[in-house]
Amino acid sequence: MFWRKKSKDEVSPQVQEVELPKRNLTKSIKSIFTRAKFDLEDLSSLEDVLIQADFGIDAAEQIVQELTAIAKKQGLSTEAELKSALKELLTNKISRTDSALNLDSEQSPYVILVVGVNGAGKTTTIGKLAKYLVSGGAKVTLGAADTFRAAAVEQLATWASRSNSELVGPKTEGQDPASVAYEAVEAGISNQSDIVIIDTAGRLQNKQGLMDELGKIRRSIEKQVAINEVLLVLDATTGQNAMSQAKAFTEVSNVTGIVLTKLDGSAKGGIVYAIQQQLDIPVKLIGVGEGIDDFGFFEPSEFVLGLLGEGE
Amino acid sequence: MFGNLSDRLVETFKNLRSKGKLTASDIDATLREIRRALLEADVALEVVKNFIAAVRERALGDEVSKALNPAQQVVQIVQEELVTILGGSQRQLQFAKNPPTVIMLAGLQGSGKTTLAGKLAKWLKEQNQTPLLVACDLQRPNAVNQLQVIGERVGVPVFAPEEGNGKGNPVSVAKDAIKFAKQKQYSVVLIDTAGRLGVDEEMMQQAKDIRKATEPDEVLFVIDSMIGQDAVNVAKAFEDGVGIDGVVLTKLDGDARGGAALSVAQVTGKPIIFASTGEGMDAFEPFYPDRMASRILDMGDILTLIEQAQKNFDEAEAKAMAEKMAKDAFTLEDFLDQMQQLRKMGSLKNMLGMMPGAGKLKSQLDNFDEKEIDRTEAIILSMTPKERKDPKILNGSRRLRIAKGSGMTVTDVNGLVNRFEQAAKMMKTMAKGGTPNIPGMPQGMGAMPRPQAKKDKNKKKAKSGNPAKRAAELQGIALPEDKPKGSAFGL
Repeated sequence: MFWRKKSKDEVSPQVQEVELPKRNLTKSIKSIFTRAKFDLEDLSSLEDVLIQADFGIDAAEQIVQELTAIAKKQGLSTEAELKSALKELLTNKISRTDSALNLDSEQSPYVILVVGVNGAGKTTTIGKLAKYLVSGGAKVTLGAADTFRAAAVEQLATWASRSNSELVGPKTEGQDPASVAYEAVEAGISNQSDIVIIDTAGRLQNKQGLMDELGKIRRSIEKQVAINEVLLVLDATTGQNAMSQAKAFTEVSNVTGIVLTKLDGSAKGGIVYAIQQQLDIPVKLIGVGEGIDDFGFFEPSEFVLGLLGEGE
Repeated sequence: MFGNLSDRLVETFKNLRSKGKLTASDIDATLREIRRALLEADVALEVVKNFIAAVRERALGDEVSKALNPAQQVVQIVQEELVTILGGSQRQLQFAKNPPTVIMLAGLQGSGKTTLAGKLAKWLKEQNQTPLLVACDLQRPNAVNQLQVIGERVGVPVFAPEEGNGKGNPVSVAKDAIKFAKQKQYSVVLIDTAGRLGVDEEMMQQAKDIRKATEPDEVLFVIDSMIGQDAVNVAKAFEDGVGIDGVVLTKLDGDARGGAALSVAQVTGKPIIFASTGEGMDAFEPFYPDRMASRILDMGDILTLIEQAQKNFDEAEAKAMAEKMAKDAFTLEDFLDQMQQLRKMGSLKNMLGMMPGAGKLKSQLDNFDEKEIDRTEAIILSMTPKERKDPKILNGSRRLRIAKGSGMTVTDVNGLVNRFEQAAKMMKTMAKGGTPNIPGMPQGMGAMPRPQAKKDKNKKKAKSGNPAKRAAELQGIALPEDKPKGSAFGL
């Protein structure tokens, strides 16, 4: 079950039934492979395009090596064969069984903590996610624990009203974010929310003080209920630093999933491949625009098709 | 495994050093490492390719083969080329002859435009300008609100006739702002615009229209230093779509290497004018090309380090030393030699400070007392050659004599002898196991003196610790703890 029933008589509609707007992700991710030559003798152009998609040089080299091994073993040589082998290789590597939101326990309310560096798209993601969950029949409370950035609370408030969610913000200016998070969960319990989503201030992962603060936010929530999901929001335009972000945020807040935003731009977000391989964190959601419906669940096969330029 | 470029290059140089002259394949080996480092720093691939080709051409020219120290010269060329691209067109912010000066900010979503607008406004105010902030981001929820709050914080008025959140026309707001500024005689107009994707034609047209309507003196392209390979596409899109005059690199207080700076500078040929380094309204500084070059390469002042190490350290001697350690024939005399070798390279504190990644060691460096070397030297020099070779014969009366001779106490002498014995044991293990060290330096910088604070407890720890920890302690420089620990020799 997706979440608890509200009462015996009244069954909440399942969120999965809500049709996610059909984002043509494959169109969004412009093909990067049109220039790549699939020639077994020289796969350096393939390596190049992987590097250009931010896979990182290590991952790119490793993928090319593996593809070469597969091709030799299976006797593949034509471009079509190599391409389909690559598609399979990448899809298998990114596919996971745990990429759905962790909302299947009997806990009430579910708590989702959203973390990330400045400008990654946390607040926007929360707005979209709230809208999606609300239209699935869930009661959602948003906690505005970004008490630092100017007008961040107001920004979340706008999303709360757009998505018909409740908002719990700081009572005084500059209130400790951990206490706002605590109060948001408290309010979520008393107003019988199904889901509480906590927004946090953007913080660069090398700022120890701010990272400690995040740990404190997490602990203050856990005094009341377990956190079901810690979503790390990563901007798809980010390069190799995303790995450092994923490591640092996982360390302090035990990240359970990644939201890859801004995939509607020209960036490919290839670094999530390395992050999944190295840190074992699934990509769960993607953001493809500023509209409230501009998001979707991460589909590995679609992602790979998009990269390979076969989606259109 | 070698973590960063400095480590890998030093490893490469170790092989090059004996040869004297660089061959084409030596250069290629060095350039391979540099290519990797640039890619890991997120420099765009096409930029890396051009860059490496240019460096290779220069490196193959006679300027290298005639150079005294060719290996070093390659790195020198790399650094020079980087600084040339990053700072080639370095310049200050341009002000209009007839105010108001119009500055327009443009960039992707989340790159830091609004925060930067506040910082720029504050800075301009301090330069005795009268800036006006203009809220043209009518897209992102509460962006207008955010700018108003920021304006209030820095004490700069905000022109915001529209509430935003999708309502209002940014082009007419911008146009009205200029009129308003002329009327009220503001000297600088700072236009904050909505974040937009390079591929979003409609939004790029809007930016172009704002530009047309306001004829800015500076269009500043604001870019997040964490951006990856896409930096080239984005920079091209903004250059072609809006036209940019200068670049501002944001979030440089993070730990991204910031290769995007090179990509953007190369692709647009436009100067990077400012670096934004934090969320505070003062966290903002001019851009320094040389610092950025070192950051991209992830190197400290590696050139100087290599130079000093090469000048002073005799590799053959190091080898003999390592053999001695392995054979357990390492004596106080060798120790003294080793220390004097290090001494020749100059201040240890400076040496360590030059090393990449030395930032982490700062607390240890601060606790580090160079005079400890002098004291140790005095103790050892007060011993007879026989005593130095075989510290076991040091009985009470010998120790008393040494203490008197060196002006130290018997306790100091005892401490040194004890630490030396343990260290020699560890060195033996090390020499057999072999840990990565900096070539041109004695095993693991073992002779680094103990910080001034006495930490006799460490002795026991060192004895019973696991091998990895022991190695780390012997390294003396790789201890992550804040508290200074005794080094192997624990001086």
